[in-house]
Amino acid sequence: MNVIGQINESFFAESGFDVNQIRAEFPILSTQVNGKPLVYLDNGASSQKPVAVIEAMDAYWRETNANVHRGVHYLSQKATREFDASREKVRAFLGAKHSHEIIFTAGCTASINLVAESWGRSNLKAGDEILISTMEHHSNIVPWQLIAQRVGATVLPIPISDAGEIDLDAYRGMLSERTKMVAIIHVSNSLGTINPVKEIIQMAHAAGAKVLVDGAQAGPHIRINVQDLNADFYTLSCHKMYAPTGIGVLYGKETLLNEMPPYQGGGDMIHTVSFEKTTYAPLPYKFEAGTPNIAGVIGLGSTIDYLAALGSRFENREVADISEALDAAFRTLEAREKELTDYGMQVLGDIDGVRLTGTAPNKVGILAFTLDCAHPHDVGTVLDNIGIAVRTGHHCCMPLMKRLGVPATTRASLAMYNTHEEIDELVVGIKKVKELFG
Amino acid sequence: MSIELRELYQEVILDHNRHPRNRGKLEEATGYAEGHNPLCGDNIQVYLHTNGGLVEAVSFEGSGCAISTASASMMTEAVKGKTLEQVEAMFKEFQSMVTETGHAEEHPELGDLEVLGGVREYPVRIKCATLPWHTLKAALVGEADKVSTE
Repeated sequence: MNVIGQINESFFAESGFDVNQIRAEFPILSTQVNGKPLVYLDNGASSQKPVAVIEAMDAYWRETNANVHRGVHYLSQKATREFDASREKVRAFLGAKHSHEIIFTAGCTASINLVAESWGRSNLKAGDEILISTMEHHSNIVPWQLIAQRVGATVLPIPISDAGEIDLDAYRGMLSERTKMVAIIHVSNSLGTINPVKEIIQMAHAAGAKVLVDGAQAGPHIRINVQDLNADFYTLSCHKMYAPTGIGVLYGKETLLNEMPPYQGGGDMIHTVSFEKTTYAPLPYKFEAGTPNIAGVIGLGSTIDYLAALGSRFENREVADISEALDAAFRTLEAREKELTDYGMQVLGDIDGVRLTGTAPNKVGILAFTLDCAHPHDVGTVLDNIGIAVRTGHHCCMPLMKRLGVPATTRASLAMYNTHEEIDELVVGIKKVKELFG
Repeated sequence: MSIELRELYQEVILDHNRHPRNRGKLEEATGYAEGHNPLCGDNIQVYLHTNGGLVEAVSFEGSGCAISTASASMMTEAVKGKTLEQVEAMFKEFQSMVTETGHAEEHPELGDLEVLGGVREYPVRIKCATLPWHTLKAALVGEADKVSTE
């Protein structure tokens, strides 16, 4: 359809990437909505799940279900083995040094709250500053405000450009000996911008600050390596990366996690308990009080297996090493998404009355826009009527919406299974909106 | 365009959305309130002037979708010149019209507002239609508060 597409078609043919094969592996994609084939473009809110993950969860309930880390019986040991195996897979997914640096939480929000509360309580004091960016999701704003209010610290937003990129000069100017934490979104959920977190981390470290990277939207789109980034903390929202809901990941550097006090108390996080003195379990259990989301963690493990298998498929050979397989998977998925994103930005931008928000060159497949004749909610309702799922609203980024001068946007967010035809459908839908409201 | 969608976005609604009536601030308002829908970011400000238990003038400002804008516009036309009791009765009638599924009754007293009944088939959009009314009510209550404290 366009030149970029033509060039890349041969690349994808060689790479073993077949979008139809991938689509067939996600059962929900063959369903209908309002009598129309589902066009699912709300992956930024939550992605769909491959059949391998659904089956792994189902098999867990049918054949494995038992509590972990505390039974001598067969099922408990089987569940524990699978649970622990997932932790190792996440380590490989994030490129972490140790699997005990991987903490399972209830979600990305829970991961950030854990750090804000546990690290914040023991490291922040009155007069300290926490830097965040203007494009943060509420979940990387509010936890910092809560701890800042408690200790008398200040949360300061780093400005961004109109295109949606962090102003690094302004950031440099804001860093000082008062800066104790820089909490930054890796990939913007509203704009798609991939932030230069490696550089941001280097600058923060030079100023003596720690960095938390909110990777909720990075997980499904780009290959992450926390050691290469030198991130102090990194968080994932697993349901956005083809895994089940109710599971998040917190990566933290071993030394930092060891220094931090427990976040929640309970079972599984202790070494010994007495009424006089309780000692805590080592990492990662210190931060995993109570029975975890075992099925979710095992589902997450099967998601990473699925992604690694894609790596082998794209390479047309068996890639045994999981890190290498994930490298291969993301190499192709990132190239494919870039091409699809460029196409989407071009065809949406060509529609009269569409204003794109988030035009940074280095971005993932978040296609957000406003339409001059219709409010995003009306756009969303009309699109839903023809089977297209998008997100409308402020995307949990009210300060960003204010910065952009819009009350809300319509956001189409892509995943590995989306196609050019689906973007064409979106364009048809937007034209319908224009007919109705124009 | 499907029939259901035409049912939701009737011509009267589209017209009020394109050309909202009574939009803007009201000089010498006796009541004022802001309404906000945190779910979608819609916000509306309602200005009100009452005299001797009668709504003499009402206007609104803000940003919202076609449903909330049309609902606000039509509401300002409907309540002007009505007594506070009549406004209260219309509010209740309107709310039941948009929330009760399978509501087949006619609402002649609501006049044009009846076209917003289609919203009941779209649960997530009901709040868009009712936001202006809740804000109007808050403006009336706020006015009462002001009166009672003075």
